[in-house]
Amino acid sequence: MATMRYAEALNLALREEMARDDTIFVFGEDIATYGGVFKVTQGLAEQFGDRVRDTPISEQTLTAMAVTAAMTGSRPVLEIMYADFLPLSLDALVNQASIYHYIWNEQVTMPFVLRTQGGGGVGTGAQHAKSLDAMVAHIPGLKVVAPVTPADARFLLKAAIRDPHPVIFLEHKLLYNLRGEVDEADDAVGEIGRARVAREGRDVTILATSRMVLEAEKAAEELAGEGVSAEVIDLRSLRPLDLDAITASVAKTNHAVVVNEGWRFCGYTAELAATIMDHAFDDLDAPVERVAARDMPIPYAEPLEREVIPGAADIAAAARRALA
Amino acid sequence: MTANTPSDHDLLEMHRRMVLTRHLEEKLGEMHKAGRTRGPIHRCDGQEAVGVGATAAMAADDYVTTTHRGHAVYLGRGLDPRRVVAEIFGRETGYCGGRGGHMLVGDVETGMMGGNAIVGASIPAATGMALSMQLRGEARAALAVFGDGAAQTGICHESMNIAALWRLPVVFLLEHNAYGLTVHHSAQSSVPDLAVRAAGYGMPGETIDGNDVLAVYGAVEAALQRARRGEGPSLIEARTYRVEGFSTSDMGGYQPDAEIAEWRARDPILLARAALVDRLGAGRVEQCETEARAEMEAAFEAALADPMPAFAPHVASAPYAARPEGGR
Repeated sequence: MATMRYAEALNLALREEMARDDTIFVFGEDIATYGGVFKVTQGLAEQFGDRVRDTPISEQTLTAMAVTAAMTGSRPVLEIMYADFLPLSLDALVNQASIYHYIWNEQVTMPFVLRTQGGGGVGTGAQHAKSLDAMVAHIPGLKVVAPVTPADARFLLKAAIRDPHPVIFLEHKLLYNLRGEVDEADDAVGEIGRARVAREGRDVTILATSRMVLEAEKAAEELAGEGVSAEVIDLRSLRPLDLDAITASVAKTNHAVVVNEGWRFCGYTAELAATIMDHAFDDLDAPVERVAARDMPIPYAEPLEREVIPGAADIAAAARRALA
Repeated sequence: MTANTPSDHDLLEMHRRMVLTRHLEEKLGEMHKAGRTRGPIHRCDGQEAVGVGATAAMAADDYVTTTHRGHAVYLGRGLDPRRVVAEIFGRETGYCGGRGGHMLVGDVETGMMGGNAIVGASIPAATGMALSMQLRGEARAALAVFGDGAAQTGICHESMNIAALWRLPVVFLLEHNAYGLTVHHSAQSSVPDLAVRAAGYGMPGETIDGNDVLAVYGAVEAALQRARRGEGPSLIEARTYRVEGFSTSDMGGYQPDAEIAEWRARDPILLARAALVDRLGAGRVEQCETEARAEMEAAFEAALADPMPAFAPHVASAPYAARPEGGR
């Protein structure tokens, strides 16, 4: 068992998978010589040579290339430096990657992973701080995962690489330095589509994604001081969704708060709220409370950004409303 | 058909596939008028030499991607006419079981990796396959067929830059038919001959007569060989013309009659026929054409009698599931 940073756990997963399967290649901007702007791919070029490539700034084409390379015997892992650049990848995702398995009558699978990182909190501004989770989770044909712990980062990246279908792997810029236990001897692979109970509780269920899981855990701690027992569920997989984990928790607590760092309107929390309505309405004692980014561009200055991106205080307040 | 100099048999086979394609297009035109087609059909009448000549130059394990106007590539690559027609008419027996329609036919077995109805998307599609082959050290190549409209997209530039930078085994075949939907190429680019762009990427580029099936075959064959040798991509601009409008829903009015007439006189099938008659005699050429038309007639008859597909919801293991298996 070793303690390592989230970025190191991702690096380990890439090394392990590339050593195991030589059809895997990794490409993206600044990822080879420099090792990635968040250092996730550090040292891979030295170990795997031409299978790790720096690319021109051409996200739209790189994503489209990943699709067809994956159709023809390779397993590409593409890094898109910021989730804010996903709109550039979107045509290849919406109009290419997501359709062919079905439209070509199951002649092809597309085992590729698009890694990217989103989220705000450190003054990166309106074009480098968004969470566009809902935009990619909306598309039938894509799987979307967002691990929070270093152990999950490793297991889920391995699962994503081995999956026969496209997986969007959402990281968060504030998670890379998070430390956690990783059992390097454990060669298990994660299962996409399973949530994790991050903290057990009885009174209210908080469903959260990515870094918001950490904020939800802080909120749960705060609520505990008020005598409220909050259960925090780390969804891990945004699509497919672990319905059993959600309904089991809501059946126990009868209250739900749903949290995502993306925008509220047509956002990921809307899907979670509707899912609870569809499948656990009779278990609810109060309406589902939503916590999301304000529907506006993410501003630069710290006091402004803090107002737009949700945090532990917003989550605790939502839980109090649910329980009021 | 990969020898440097095509044999009489190869020449006749290319001619047969052009006639097969033309007959498909004419039948589709008739059926559209009779209200028997569904959705728009993008006919390639007058452009058959590009798709047929280019695919004839491919090796068995090469890949090709094409456009929303891809019938000549489908039939040129040797797809079964009956299954092509079945896909166009949404039949269960079609190449995609009726799920794709005429623009999105894909057949992995023959390396015909799809028509593509997002203009320009065939370009990075072929480039990505070329990267895959290069990384695995395979001496194979990918051919991207795209139009003059697609040549104006950002992904065209990005793909050519990456392909040249990495010397990827891909051939960019620009099927220049003079119009992007209704807009003439002179209103889309300040450069009349797009092959000059190749120099900007450091790859060879040439403009050829896209209505001369042998010229297309020769240029594409040489470029594919070059790609397979690891010498990188090439750009071939094949000048041709779309005589039947953008699609069956095109109301026309923007293509001058004189321009259409000029190109009809240079119909690729007429040109090929004249050359073949000189070489093989009229009897053999007529027989070939008669057989091709009969084959397409039979394909229509069989395909139209085939069943429509039944809808089945995807299984939970497919990527379309929003929830994992075991969910309610």
